[in-house]
Amino acid sequence: MRVRTLAMVLLAGGLALSACGKEGTPTDSGQAAPSQSVAADVSVDGSPTFDAIKARGKVVIGVKEDQPGLGYKDPTTNKYSGFDVEVAKLVAAQLGYGEDKIEYKAIPSAGREQAIINGDVDYYVGTYTINDGRKEKISFAGPYFVAGQDLLVKADNTDITGPETLKGKNVCSATGSTPIKRVKDQGLTDKITEFQNYSQCVAKLDEGAVDAVTTDDAILKGYAAAEEGKYKVVGKTFSEEPYGIGLPKDDKALRDKVNDVLQASLDDGTWQKIYDATLGKSGSPATKPTIDRY
Amino acid sequence: MSVLTNNIDLYLRAFGTTIQLFFFSAIGSLVLGTFLAMLRVSPVPVLRAAATTYVTLLRNTPLTLVFFFFLFAYPLLKILQLEPFPAAAVALTLYTSAFICEVVRSGINTVPVGQAEASRALGLTFSQMLSNVVLPQAVRSVVPPLVSTLIALLKNTTIAAGFSVAEAGSISYSLSEQGEDLLAGLAWVAVFFVVLVIPLTLLQRSLEKRWSVAR
Amino acid sequence: MTSVLFDVPGPKARTRHRAMAVVGTLGLLALIAFVLYRFYDSGQFTAKKWEWLQYEAIQIGLLEGYLATLQAFAVAAVGALLFGAVFATARLSDHKFFSAPATAIVEFFRAVPLLIMMFLLYFGFPTIGVKMTPFVVVVISLILYNGSVLAEVFRAGILSLPRGQSEAAYALGMRKTQVMVLVLLPQALRAMLPTIISQLVVLLKDTALGFIITYEELLYYAKNLGGSLEFSRPFVPVTIVVAVMYIATCLLLTWLATYLEKRNRRSSKVAHIDTKKAEETVLVGDSTI
Repeated sequence: MRVRTLAMVLLAGGLALSACGKEGTPTDSGQAAPSQSVAADVSVDGSPTFDAIKARGKVVIGVKEDQPGLGYKDPTTNKYSGFDVEVAKLVAAQLGYGEDKIEYKAIPSAGREQAIINGDVDYYVGTYTINDGRKEKISFAGPYFVAGQDLLVKADNTDITGPETLKGKNVCSATGSTPIKRVKDQGLTDKITEFQNYSQCVAKLDEGAVDAVTTDDAILKGYAAAEEGKYKVVGKTFSEEPYGIGLPKDDKALRDKVNDVLQASLDDGTWQKIYDATLGKSGSPATKPTIDRY
Repeated sequence: MSVLTNNIDLYLRAFGTTIQLFFFSAIGSLVLGTFLAMLRVSPVPVLRAAATTYVTLLRNTPLTLVFFFFLFAYPLLKILQLEPFPAAAVALTLYTSAFICEVVRSGINTVPVGQAEASRALGLTFSQMLSNVVLPQAVRSVVPPLVSTLIALLKNTTIAAGFSVAEAGSISYSLSEQGEDLLAGLAWVAVFFVVLVIPLTLLQRSLEKRWSVAR
Repeated sequence: MTSVLFDVPGPKARTRHRAMAVVGTLGLLALIAFVLYRFYDSGQFTAKKWEWLQYEAIQIGLLEGYLATLQAFAVAAVGALLFGAVFATARLSDHKFFSAPATAIVEFFRAVPLLIMMFLLYFGFPTIGVKMTPFVVVVISLILYNGSVLAEVFRAGILSLPRGQSEAAYALGMRKTQVMVLVLLPQALRAMLPTIISQLVVLLKDTALGFIITYEELLYYAKNLGGSLEFSRPFVPVTIVVAVMYIATCLLLTWLATYLEKRNRRSSKVAHIDTKKAEETVLVGDSTI
C-alpha cells in the first residue's frame, strides 16, 4: 500500500511537471441526485455485517461500474452514478455512513454471490434479481425496483419485435445472469453469446456481431439513453425482475433494517426523487415496488 | 460424483469444444510457427528481422490480451467478421506459433555445422539439404519440446471461456447457473485435464529418452 | 544468424537474396500499410478515441492497474521460487515418503490449467467455507502452477551439475541438507537463471488471467476503459497502450535475464556446468509458455 502511495505521489509530481493531466469529464452529464442526510447513532443488534462495518469505519458496497443510468463509474473522475448507486448511498446514509465513508467495489454479474459470500462487500446493489436459487446462498432486502427482461436492438431493426421472434438470431447476454438462463431454458434461440458484462454485448451489437442484447429493460434503457438514436428497446418484457439488495445470508437483523430504510424512502418520496434524477430521465414512469419481507 | 453424472452431457460437450479448439489452433500454429522459423533462418535480413519482431512481440504479450484484441478490438477494424470460436482459434494460433517458431529454430540450430557443410560438398541444393539432411535430424530435438508446447496450448484453450467460447473453462459458469456443487464440479474439470495431459507428457518423455540415446 | 545452413553466397545467390529482400520488404510494408489503413479508415486514429490518455484519473487508473499487476507478480514470484526449491529438493529426496507425494503434487499442478485452478479456488473453495480475495486466489494459483514448473527447472539444474560437486561435499562430511542448500541449489540456480527468468516472464503474463475472476489489474482496467462510451469505445487504442506496457515490462525482465547470463558466463567462480544440457532437459520437461 505504501508503495502504491509513493508511486501515486511520483506520478502526481510527474504530471504536475508535464501538466498533461486533464481533469473533469468530456461530456458534462451532471446528474443532480438528492443528497441524503446521514443518520447518527445507528445500531443494528445482532448483525455481524454491521459489526464488521463499524469496526472498519466505512462501508464497502458492491455495485456495477458499466451500467449507464444504474451503476456507472466515470473513468475520468472515478465517480459512481446511477439509480442503484443512489439506493446504495441512501442505505449507507441511514446506516450512519456518509459519502466519504463509502468504498465502492465494482463486481460483475458472475461474481456477485461470491463477493457477498467471501465478505468482499458488505452489501450489493446492482441489478440483482431476487430468486430462490440465490436465496440459498445469500439473502435479499427489497425489492427496491421491479424490472423485466427485454431486448435491445439497433434502431433500424424491424424483424425482432419480441421474444418469440428470436429464433435463429444471435442473442448476447452476461455470463451467469438470469436473462441468459431464461433464454436457454425457454429455448428462444440456440445462438447465444456470453460475455462478462453487458457493455461488451452492446459493443458486439454495435459492430453487428449479435442481433440483440437481452436483459432487464432498466439496463437496456440506460444504454439506449447513453447513445441516443442508435438502439431501441423492443418494449415487450417477458419476465418480472424484482431487484434486491444482496446481503450475507442469515444476517436477518441487517435485512430488516435495510427493508425499513427502503420502506421509509418509498413512503416519504425519497425513492421517487432518486428515480427521477436517474432512470426517470429515460422518460418512462416508475412503479413503486412492494417490499417483500420473507 | 453426482455432479459429473448429472452433467455428463455438459462435460462431454465442453471438452469436445476444447479438443476442437486445440486441434485447429495446433495445426494453425504448427504451420505458422514452422513458416516463421524458416523466415528466422533465412538468408534475407529483412525477413529475419520481421520474424524476430513478431516472435518478440507475441512472446511478451499475455495471451489474455491477444484474446481481448481479437474479440473486441479487431472487429472494429471491419476486415473480416469472426465468430468467437474462430477468433479464439486465431488468437491461440498467433500466440502459440511464436513459441513453436522458437522450438523449431533451436532444433535446427542443434544440427552440427558439419552436416550442412558435408551436404553442400556433395552438391545438394538448399532445399534438398533442408529436407534430406538437416530437418530429419532437427526433428529429434524438436518433437519433445514441441509436445510440451502443445500441452501448454491445450491448457491455454481454457482462457477462451472468458471470451464466449463454451469450452472446458466455461463449465463452472454453467454449473453455477444450475446451482451445482462448484468445488466437485471444478475438481472434475481438473481431473479431466490431468487425464488429457499425463499421456502427452509420458509420450514426450519416452520420445525424448529414445532419441537422446540415438543422438 | 545461424551459420549452419548457408555457404558464403555467390553472385547469383546474392542477386536472389536481394530480390527476396525487396519482395519481402514490399510485402511487409503492404501488410503494415493495410493494417494502418484499416485503423485509420475505421476511425481508430481520431482524436476522440485517444483523448482518454489525457485524463489524470485514467492515467492513475492505468498506473494502479499496472501496480496491481506488479504486486501480484512480485508476491507470486517469490512464492513460486520458494515452492520450486522446496519441491525440487523433495523430489530428489532418497526417501519415497517425500519424493512420491512431491512428484504427484508437481505433476498435478503442472497438468491443471491455471484458469481452472483460479476458478477452483475462487468459486469452488468458498462452498466449503474457505474464502479468499481475488488477489489471494491469483497469487496462490500462480505459485502452485509456476512453482511446480520451477521445481522441475531446479531439479533439471541440480541433475545437470557434475557429480563431483556433491561427492566432494559429502567427502567433506556435509549432511544431505547442507549439500543441497549450500552446494547444489545455489549452483543450480545460477545455471538455470535464464530459464527461471523466462518462467517469471510467463508468471508476469499470467497475472492477466486475474481479470476473469475480477482481480483489478491492468487488463481488468483496460477492459472497462475500452468499453467506455465517453470516448466511443476506444478498444483498439487501449489494447495498443496496454500491450506496450506489458511488452515493455516483459522485455525488461528478459533483458535482465540476458544480462545476468552474460555476467554469469564471465564469472570465474562458477564451476564448469553443462548449461546447455540442463536447458535442454528443461525445454523437454516443460516449455515456458
